Amino acid sequence: MQQVFKRPQSLKDVQTHFCPGCHHGTIHRLVADAMDLYGVQDRTIGVASVGCSVFLYGYFDIDVVEAPHGRAPAVATGVKRARPDSFVFTYQGDGDLAAIGTAEIIHAANRGEDITVVFVNNTTYGMTGGQMAPTTLVGQKTSTSPYGRDKSKDGSPIKMAELMAQLGGVAYSARVAVDSPKHVLEAKKVMREAFGYQAQGKGFSFVEVLSACPTNWGMNPLKANARIGEEMIPYFPLGVFKKEEA
Amino acid sequence: MSKRLFVKGNEAAAMGAVEAGCRYYFGYPITPQSDIPEYLSRELPPLNGEFIQAESEIGAINMLLGASATGVRAMTSSSSPGISLKQEGISYMAGAELPGVIINISRSGPGLGGIDASQSDYFQCVKGGGHGGYHIPVLAPNSVQEMYDLTMHAFDLADLYRTPVMLLGDSVIGQMKEALIPNPRPVRELPAKGWAVRGKSGAEQRVVKSLFLGDGELEAHNWHLHAKYQVMKEKECMSEEYETADARLIVAGFGSVSRIAHTAVTMARAEGMKVGLFRPVTLFPFPEQALAQTAARAGKVLVVELNTGQMVEDVRLSVGAAAQVSFYGRPPGAGSLPSPEELLEVIRKNYDETAR
Ligand SMILES: Cc1ncc(C[n+]2csc(CCOP(=O)(O)OP(=O)(O)O)c2C)c(N)n1
Ligand code: SF4
Repeated sequence: MQQVFKRPQSLKDVQTHFCPGCHHGTIHRLVADAMDLYGVQDRTIGVASVGCSVFLYGYFDIDVVEAPHGRAPAVATGVKRARPDSFVFTYQGDGDLAAIGTAEIIHAANRGEDITVVFVNNTTYGMTGGQMAPTTLVGQKTSTSPYGRDKSKDGSPIKMAELMAQLGGVAYSARVAVDSPKHVLEAKKVMREAFGYQAQGKGFSFVEVLSACPTNWGMNPLKANARIGEEMIPYFPLGVFKKEEA
Repeated sequence: MSKRLFVKGNEAAAMGAVEAGCRYYFGYPITPQSDIPEYLSRELPPLNGEFIQAESEIGAINMLLGASATGVRAMTSSSSPGISLKQEGISYMAGAELPGVIINISRSGPGLGGIDASQSDYFQCVKGGGHGGYHIPVLAPNSVQEMYDLTMHAFDLADLYRTPVMLLGDSVIGQMKEALIPNPRPVRELPAKGWAVRGKSGAEQRVVKSLFLGDGELEAHNWHLHAKYQVMKEKECMSEEYETADARLIVAGFGSVSRIAHTAVTMARAEGMKVGLFRPVTLFPFPEQALAQTAARAGKVLVVELNTGQMVEDVRLSVGAAAQVSFYGRPPGAGSLPSPEELLEVIRKNYDETAR
């Protein structure tokens, strides 16, 4: 019998610790798939960030360095500059990348570091219990925006994929979602494309993934999934915002 | 035969780093240490190394963290406010047991303060600085030659103990020019870096981290770090003594002020006073035993610092009841560097008190 679906080689055979309905697991799979496609597992160094995704090394069978909160792009810069022949990616949440780590991501992107950044946008701080993030939607209630995010006080949700596309050093920037089989397939393609940029030494690539945090959204997995299409995508449009020619 | 050069302290440190095999530097400009990034931005690229001017000190220390994690020799440098920003990364490096060299040509604070020679960051550097109760070796050169030699030594210590190491100077040490003999790097046996991330290449996965959540895991890790600090205390203390054998008063000072104190001690000797100088070269580990012995012999220690009293606490802990400890400090600021005559006057006062 022909096997048509299996665990990517770059992923370990372990049980998940993520909450039911969380998309981190799906996104891990997409990353591992892209790694396998280019056969880079053996020369990959992953940079783990702070947040629910910090246990990267428990899932990916690759070498990993853990970075302080928000600093993954700087750590990745050091790794890649010291070992240019390695394949380096960071995996960061919205609190990590778009709040405390804003300077690090903008400057690593602007220098055109030859790395790939996977940005998991679930519009909240997952690990610390659902506080307001830079990507929290206007009106969205969180544990620190109990009256809903107020644009006049808290500002507007940051559109990172679009922001990245403006920077000279960025070769590829896109936003995907993993709320439906169709979107997952699209996300797989985009992830592969983004990793391809680095695999071919073409520079900085960025993939924002719209993702669910059922636990902190106070929703069951199905409702959380539906929220991505109903509330997030209208504000955070999917698409490829920059694609430098090879 | 080694040549004799005439260079700035900051340049000497950068030269020592290159001699030690450091090919990666990450930094951000701040006075009075900017000669270091300037020198390395020129010298590293032709050696196939990398110089990166980071977006901030936070960026720089984390680039150092990443580069060090791959096993290469790498360095950053800064000055007080920048070191404050680096503390987060230093704590993470200490936690993850990553080597790396950090040069701190400190300035006077708190806040923006000034750029004058100062020793007001002793606590910050020697007592951890960042969170989590760690230590890192801190070396305090007092000459251009030592800026060179101790930078090389710092790289070896870093690799030997898998720890960040700090070289602590100030604008006197960093900005002055004097003779330097660029000795070759001492040959020291260092452990292989089997822990470094390089990409698995078929081997077991390597993880560089400071997060330990398993039952008892973090406690064990902290005991392990503690044990390492005890070995450093046993093996890595460095200090220098001058005219201490028959001294009745020991002047203790590190770094730039130790040079002024040295002159003052010579002047005191010319007046017939039996005064000696004790200079800690390692501030962590603090040369407790050497100081305790010398101090007990003399009976009295006068600590001189460019602050209102920081190292004096370690001196008191070291000598205990074996000697009397007094303190003379000049908190930093333009024009606040004590002259040898000023220190001589303080020595006279303290010496007379002993004689009585
Ligand atoms: C310097 C610092 N500040 C705050 C924290 C606490 N902290 C841990 S995870 C986290 C938020 C992570 O949120 P996000 O990046 O959105 O990732 P998620 O957990 O949602 O996957 C925060 C603030 C920290 N570890 N370090
Ligand atoms: S808290 Fe949210 S982001 Fe974290 S594992 Fe649970 S669902 Fe996922």
